[in-house]
Amino acid sequence: MNVHVLFFASIREDLGCSKLLVVLQNPARISDLIRKLGREQGPNWLSVLGKESVKVAINKEIVNSDESLVDGDEIAFLPPVTGG
Amino acid sequence: MSFRVVVQETPFDVAEEYSSLQNSSPSVGAVATFVGLVRDVNQGKKIEKIFIEHYPGMTEIELQKILGEARNRWDILAGTIIHRFGKLGIGDGIVFVGVASSHRKDSISACDFIMDYLKTKAPFWKKEKHERGEKWVASRESDAAFLVAWDKEDN
Repeated sequence: MNVHVLFFASIREDLGCSKLLVVLQNPARISDLIRKLGREQGPNWLSVLGKESVKVAINKEIVNSDESLVDGDEIAFLPPVTGG
Repeated sequence: MSFRVVVQETPFDVAEEYSSLQNSSPSVGAVATFVGLVRDVNQGKKIEKIFIEHYPGMTEIELQKILGEARNRWDILAGTIIHRFGKLGIGDGIVFVGVASSHRKDSISACDFIMDYLKTKAPFWKKEKHERGEKWVASRESDAAFLVAWDKEDN
């Protein structure tokens, strides 16, 4: 399956990447995606994306647990928000 | 009844927004507004300007949810949330929240609630530029504590 991955704010700058198209074996969860990114992009990706404060959204909705992914999903990694 | 959320790069006009809330219904007896501005100093550091990033699409969804939650909790007649992104200077308006109701408590509480929720749920990120470089603003634990307080009020 193909998933679109987005990185925002400090995460984008730490990784030097704003978006990626990732091909995953079916079935896959968020943890599989993070592991694959760590393998292919570098171990610092694991520490940046694995931080406890990082939230993950699938198709623009925050998900709590290690959700399953579906072909075409948009997955976003979000640092703690600071608007207002 | 008019409930609007807007995410924009350009400044907002507080008088215009107030007027549209005031005129939203003949039952309006109270309008509460809040405007958040860019301060010159944050945590002891002198700020030159700020930059706000957001997640287009998700931001609007989250702001609509927050406004919807305020409508569930209070008797409100109209509401507006406007949040800016991009480059902002000292004194610029960042966020406008306005709520109209028949009685003051509903609009004041809803306005306060919307800001507390916005600060912890809406996907905006601020970066400050000061004399010695740039820094992403860290989230505050006190903001999360305000949310817990609203949730307790439900019980």
